[in-house]
Amino acid sequence: MRDSRRLRIKTLFFALIAVCTNVFGNYFLSLGVREPHSSYLDVFSSPWMFAGILLLAIWLVSQLSLLSWADLSYVLPVTASSYVLTALVGALLCNEYVSTVHWVGIVLIFTGVIVVGQTSPQTVPVHSEADE
Amino acid sequence: MKWLLVLVIATGNTLGDVLNSKGMKRHGEVTEFGPKGIRRLLAKLARNGYVLGGIAAMAVSFFALLMLLSIAPLSFAIPATAAGYLLETALAKFILREHVGWRRWAGASLVAFGVSLLAFH
Repeated sequence: MRDSRRLRIKTLFFALIAVCTNVFGNYFLSLGVREPHSSYLDVFSSPWMFAGILLLAIWLVSQLSLLSWADLSYVLPVTASSYVLTALVGALLCNEYVSTVHWVGIVLIFTGVIVVGQTSPQTVPVHSEADE
Repeated sequence: MKWLLVLVIATGNTLGDVLNSKGMKRHGEVTEFGPKGIRRLLAKLARNGYVLGGIAAMAVSFFALLMLLSIAPLSFAIPATAAGYLLETALAKFILREHVGWRRWAGASLVAFGVSLLAFH
């Protein structure tokens, strides 16, 4: 029983890292692309681009790690909470307008995340890399 | 052209997720997250055909998305993204042999419906 609790906490922790690095990584990239640049290569000298690429590299490692023990049918809906975070960041930090239809969509996504979050993250046996 | 790009984006995403999931299950549960552990993980993944294929598929999908964004608004790709949640849940059940109960289906459907609403302005 303690093992399944440990697995759930570990999975939710990594899902949180994956969601945050994905949302802020993409946001920083978009800031970097929007800055005025003299050439294509110039884009890569922007600190926003650097921060964005770094965060997306962390996202890739955390997403792959998640998939090393958790089901795809668990990880995919749960990490869809990135839509919720994107909307909140847009509305609260950037003062973007979010329409009522979009808020309804965000609430539905959040509900879906909670529903899938109730299931066990792992339904197929997985070996540990330490076993080898 | 727009529809072709949407097809490439959706296929690349789906294929990427399924291949990555298959490759990482084959690798086994990642347990070390220190600098040394991550270096070893990356070295092993560089020889994992499924994960390499998965990342390549995601890269193709990413560049197709960039191309699509230059000729159509972002909301154009959303319905395909939304349908992807249900398609990938089905593939997880039938290809990856995961036990997908009613809660997973209900959650994936809620997410898919919620995401499709983001296409409306």
